[in-house]
Amino acid sequence: MGASAKRPILACEGLGVSYFTRAGEVPAVVGFDLAIARGEAVGLVGESGCGKSTVALAVMRYLGRAGRIVAGSIRFDGRELTTMSERELRRIRGSRISMVYQEPMASLNPSMTVGRQLVEVPRYHAGAGRAEARERALDILARVGLPDTRRIFSAYPHELSGGQQQRVVIAMALLADPALLLLDEPTTALDVTVEAGIVDLIRGVAERFGTAILYISHNLGLIRETCDRVAVMYAGQVVEEGPVTNVFAGMRHPYARGLFAAIPLPDSDRRARPLRPIPGQLPLPHERPGGCFFGPRCTHYRQGTCDREQRMRPLDADPGHRVRCARQAEIAWERESRGPEPRTAEGPGPVVLEVHRLRKEYELDGGLFAALTGRDGTRRIAANEGLDLVAREGETLAIVGESGCGKSTFAKVLVGLEPATAGRITFEGREIAGAPVETRPPEIVAHLQMIFQNPSETLNPSHAVGFQIARVVRKFGAARNRAQVRRRVYELLDLVKLPRAFFRRRPRQLSGGQKQRIGIARAFAGDPRLVVADEPVSALDVSVQAAITGLLTDIQRRRRTTLLFISHDLSLVHYLADRVAVMYLGRIVEQGPTGAVFAPPYHPYTEALLSAVPLADPGLVKRRILLEGELPSALDPPAGCPFHTRCPRRIGSVCEEREPPLRRFDGDHRILCHLPAEELARGRPVIRRRHPREPSHIPLR
Amino acid sequence: MAVRGRRDRSEALPLLAAALRSLGVLRESPVAMAGAAILLFWLAMAVLAPLLPLADPNLPLEPLRPPLSVSADGTATFWLGTDIKGRDVLSRLIWGARRVLVWAGLATLAAYLVGIAMGLVAGYRGGWWDEILSFVANLLLSFPVMVLYIVVITRIGASPLNIVLAVTFASAPAIMRIVRGLVLDLRTRDYVLAARARGEGALWIMLVELLPNARGPLLVDACLRMGYTTIALATLGFLGLGLPPPDPDWGAMIAETQPMGAFAGHAMVFPALAVSSLVLGFNLLADGLREISLRD
Repeated sequence: MGASAKRPILACEGLGVSYFTRAGEVPAVVGFDLAIARGEAVGLVGESGCGKSTVALAVMRYLGRAGRIVAGSIRFDGRELTTMSERELRRIRGSRISMVYQEPMASLNPSMTVGRQLVEVPRYHAGAGRAEARERALDILARVGLPDTRRIFSAYPHELSGGQQQRVVIAMALLADPALLLLDEPTTALDVTVEAGIVDLIRGVAERFGTAILYISHNLGLIRETCDRVAVMYAGQVVEEGPVTNVFAGMRHPYARGLFAAIPLPDSDRRARPLRPIPGQLPLPHERPGGCFFGPRCTHYRQGTCDREQRMRPLDADPGHRVRCARQAEIAWERESRGPEPRTAEGPGPVVLEVHRLRKEYELDGGLFAALTGRDGTRRIAANEGLDLVAREGETLAIVGESGCGKSTFAKVLVGLEPATAGRITFEGREIAGAPVETRPPEIVAHLQMIFQNPSETLNPSHAVGFQIARVVRKFGAARNRAQVRRRVYELLDLVKLPRAFFRRRPRQLSGGQKQRIGIARAFAGDPRLVVADEPVSALDVSVQAAITGLLTDIQRRRRTTLLFISHDLSLVHYLADRVAVMYLGRIVEQGPTGAVFAPPYHPYTEALLSAVPLADPGLVKRRILLEGELPSALDPPAGCPFHTRCPRRIGSVCEEREPPLRRFDGDHRILCHLPAEELARGRPVIRRRHPREPSHIPLR
Repeated sequence: MAVRGRRDRSEALPLLAAALRSLGVLRESPVAMAGAAILLFWLAMAVLAPLLPLADPNLPLEPLRPPLSVSADGTATFWLGTDIKGRDVLSRLIWGARRVLVWAGLATLAAYLVGIAMGLVAGYRGGWWDEILSFVANLLLSFPVMVLYIVVITRIGASPLNIVLAVTFASAPAIMRIVRGLVLDLRTRDYVLAARARGEGALWIMLVELLPNARGPLLVDACLRMGYTTIALATLGFLGLGLPPPDPDWGAMIAETQPMGAFAGHAMVFPALAVSSLVLGFNLLADGLREISLRD
């Protein structure tokens, strides 16, 4: 082994990247240092705007016209990338360094078969012959865990599912046998059970392909499960760096700690660990303070120490673990109190909402052609099938499931944006299943409101914030004259903890979290009895997420509003729900009190979902259950139990032929499964606290 | 408090407020600035026409005088000469600008009102509304525009109001399709769902939630369409189907002089230049606005 083997494959030193916009220079990355050894997987974690993607783009030299490397060096295998000519770069990109992006369809050409796109790689970079290239392409498809490689080879990208597409993209990236693979949020667009499979693949990449990885993600849990080392970024700098086990076992930088405290964990004891948002906001690049960039938001800020420029320093006890904090040795994290959140455990009140055998079908008609030819081209898709639910006053009922499970359809049917096809919905003693919102009495509309998912869409960009809340206040008849309306709007702004000056702000002047707060204010304007929140925080950064969920549950508790919380995030659901319903392909497969759903007996699907949750806490261990196959299309749902195509515990033909029976357990815990109740009850917990002697690393499959 | 009141009223007129705000934005694009400068010139001419020291545009003086010639009695200069009937070309040009801007503006506005209404209903309501409105629009769009103008005007006669009707008839379908396309995209936004979920009526959703968010592309299109309408008015005038004489009309001015072409080139060239520059102004402004909107 010569010097080249010891040399890091990628070394960034003092890297500075700026974007030059109309407003001037925006320093996105400043003084960035990172080294990646051969075959090592390094995670780069941080919130949006911290510069993590810019680092990857700088390594690829894909910064576009506006971006420029203004300082420092990037050495790849000893060669300087920052000054390399475009021609030399082309020889390195795609062959020695490959990149995988968040959206697989953005990397695949929709008009070419997967095979043709794959074959190009060895033909272009290695000058391989046609037959050899084809062989290597088929081989790599199998090695990234794709079934039926011949079919996938000749398929067009749109014929594959999202998970398969991302596997193809990773296969393409690995095909040239690169020394470095850059992964930029490769699983963010995927469902958790699909993500779990990709994560498993990525964990094996370094070992099986000898490729070094730079894994960029906002998800601490994913980084912990896939990487050897981690670097936490804040405001364009690395603030903490070290081996994954050491860093996660004892984070030292106040920001990294804050990030960790803001994410919910599917832990057994939720009240012991309240989510704590990081105060303040990420400073804009040109407004970064002198000294420590995190200073203004840090509870441990001290004049004289923190207002000087901060360098990365190794920990005394662990030289591999470095932190950009002058006070890291002084802060006694262990003594930080983590007292239980005082949560008044009032019992649930009277029933507010009752859903009985609800069914929602969509018609896909054959269009004008079918109508003219007299053929009945109508196909029906059941988005919701036989939903039974009860929600009580003041409780939080969560609905979890992956995309396409029908949870958003259910929300729309409840609020009356879509009429139900069959079944009953009783709200405040009234039957509203078939009534679109336009025909509902105003008090029902005011009492059943919704919070939407996408912060960028939830407010009308054309109108001032005050105008939009005032309209709701007027609509629900809470106030009549101008002064009254204005006072009420101010009250609502107070309620969601926004300054009253926001009355005049336009939506584009607001951050995502602030927009979501306005959405909450709007939903609570008419004193609702039931609020449906459809993924209200899934588009937000974790530290903001914690603040918004905290606010939402706080208002809900004080007003004894029923909250129907729709989410794909099991950790979050576990954290805030009183009861949980798990949906799969339009059906509720399991429901019950949160504690009961997250503990055995499980529905096999719930078990797999839980196992797919990436864990950031090294104190937790989980059983790994990987689902085979892909989510079936709602157009053609499987007969019998809808989950039988992927179920690891199916018991035979009964699952494929007959609808599963409802098994009842203590405390109104219900599971829709053919497995006998005793068999289900024998399951072991998926996630549990690690025994102090147990190793914390996660073994490969 | 007074300031607050004014702000609130401007919220009620979001389109106007947006138009005013976008004027300030023009500084970012030299192309838009050039277009706006040309348009402002013609606008100023049109507005100031009664105040300028101009001869009566319909009064016959001395026929076919060349540009810069002085009248026989030496009291007046014909800066751009006179036409075959002896009327002052400069005066007719400036009064003509007033006329074309007023009627092209009114015609475009009418086309927009109809087109927006059709597009909003077709896009938001969908279903049979969309089928029927789109069918009508496609039917009208399948005729060549000029043929449509000529057919309409010859049927109902050439009066200013009828020209507004003809332009509306020919332009509204295209506007409808633009609005419909924008609405199809906008109506799936969460804020529209939020409005529906609080029980807003279709009219509110179409006018307050959807229309203001379609303003960017519509503003660009409105500029282009003003240009088209200017050309249409000039063409109709040239064909003798335009705004009725004797008041000046750029198209008619060209047509009147045409038989005498060689002798009265100036009486033809200046109105032609006027039409071109006005249309150029609208097109440059539209290009600039599009450039600005893409940059953000």
